[in-house]
Amino acid sequence: MTDSGFDADALIDAMLPLLGLALPEGSRPVVKLHLETAERLARLVVAFPLDDESEPAPVFTP
Amino acid sequence: MKAPLHALHAHELRAAVVGGEVSAREIVEAALARIGAVNPRLGAFTDVTPERALAKADEIDARRARGEKLGPLAGAPFAVKNLFDVEGLPTRAGSKINRERAPARCDATLIARMEAADAILVGALNMGEYAYDFTGENAHDGPSRNPHDLAHMTGGSSGGSGAAVAGGLAPVALGSDTNGSIRVPSSLCGIFGLKPTYGRLSRAGSFPFVASLDHLGPFARSVVDLAASYDAMQGADPDDPAQSPRAFEPVAHAIEAGLDGLRIARLGGYFAHGGEPEAHEAVDRVARALNVERTVEFPEAERARASAYLITMVEGAALHAGRLRTRALDFDADVRDRLIAGAMLPGGWVVKAQKLRRWYRDRVLEIFRDVDVVLAPATPTRAPRIGQKTFVLDGQEMLVRPNMGLFTQPISFIGLPVCAVPLWTDGERLPIGVQVIAPPWREDLALRVARVLERAGVARAPVGAAA
Repeated sequence: MTDSGFDADALIDAMLPLLGLALPEGSRPVVKLHLETAERLARLVVAFPLDDESEPAPVFTP
Repeated sequence: MKAPLHALHAHELRAAVVGGEVSAREIVEAALARIGAVNPRLGAFTDVTPERALAKADEIDARRARGEKLGPLAGAPFAVKNLFDVEGLPTRAGSKINRERAPARCDATLIARMEAADAILVGALNMGEYAYDFTGENAHDGPSRNPHDLAHMTGGSSGGSGAAVAGGLAPVALGSDTNGSIRVPSSLCGIFGLKPTYGRLSRAGSFPFVASLDHLGPFARSVVDLAASYDAMQGADPDDPAQSPRAFEPVAHAIEAGLDGLRIARLGGYFAHGGEPEAHEAVDRVARALNVERTVEFPEAERARASAYLITMVEGAALHAGRLRTRALDFDADVRDRLIAGAMLPGGWVVKAQKLRRWYRDRVLEIFRDVDVVLAPATPTRAPRIGQKTFVLDGQEMLVRPNMGLFTQPISFIGLPVCAVPLWTDGERLPIGVQVIAPPWREDLALRVARVLERAGVARAPVGAAA
């Protein structure tokens, strides 16, 4: 559990069956580390205020 | 000719071929001999293509004998990161899994363009698995090694490209850059590298990583070669749906225009700290050489980097989802575990990151109304030792592999063109690079400033003494 309350183990256990993945031996602590890094970075991204109308960068040209 | 063939630049080789001082065949034979002798210690090449290279050389020599005009890269050997399709080779993209693929039926667009300019493909180059790497270490093919000190990394993921050019195995190499994979090895190996604007050069016939962020571009030991290679590769390609419709905008002559009229600033804020002192001192030296006194700030660069990081994790994981299910044990474990984590992230994070990308791009374009070129460190340190997993930056221990891109990620995130230039310090065996960054579609400006630094001797790219 990180300081922000994020439980990477719980996420891993919930997602593995959904994704059809099995964790190779020894992978769990590394996957956890990457998830905790991502969660820390995502807090920066999610907290940034943007209007509902702001467009994402990619534009599909039909 | 004043130097051994392997130490000559592509433009010098072309002049020697056109002038009849040396044949293209002699150049290729010398290059193949050097690759055979030096590659076992550098780990730059994974495939060498001697028959093809000699056939192309003979064609060039025959055309010269008939008095025909030769292309702008005539006789110059080049090699490509092994995520480029090379006819007859499986496109392994640094992986064990992909080398089981059928051999490519034709060359990547950029290879065809280089050969249309009479450059000569001599092989394919080592890289970090599936390009998810900043070290140049490959779990299946071994590490590429830094030609200036074999115990140190080349940087990645275009590690073989860095090793080949800095080691004098080819004057030009091609690589890819999603978050820094051209600029990081350029910095660590002490060579020039160009990451063009996102959407400028065709990606057709290259194995992808992150469609939102992937770029292809050249490496060289001279800015003239970089510009000539870039010009040779420009042009619309219907096979790349991500390419932007741009006219051919040649830079080869523009790079000699000097600094006249250019407004240059260094990037402050996020880019002014966080690296080792040598990273920031390198920017100081470039700024002094260019008489730069202004500092500008890209707002929210840390969030920009975070956004690029998340987009990379999610898009990379989506690309490899099937292989993660069926071939998990055949991945490099370091790459696989990052991809597995990426598969578990909420979709909303990436949508927000893509919104932030547009917001950040708009702010940066506003800054480029008042400035033409900005400077930033390329990497936070000189080349770490091969096998080194962590380093300490700003007093904080961090993983090397994801964090060598601290300063490159917020730039490629919005596709700005960058020329990485190599700097050297007396008494230091290893170089470090600086990013010369221009507004979108102005590769000419980044290369112009790089050329000034090269002519002044501030930036230079010698062949590695350990090669």
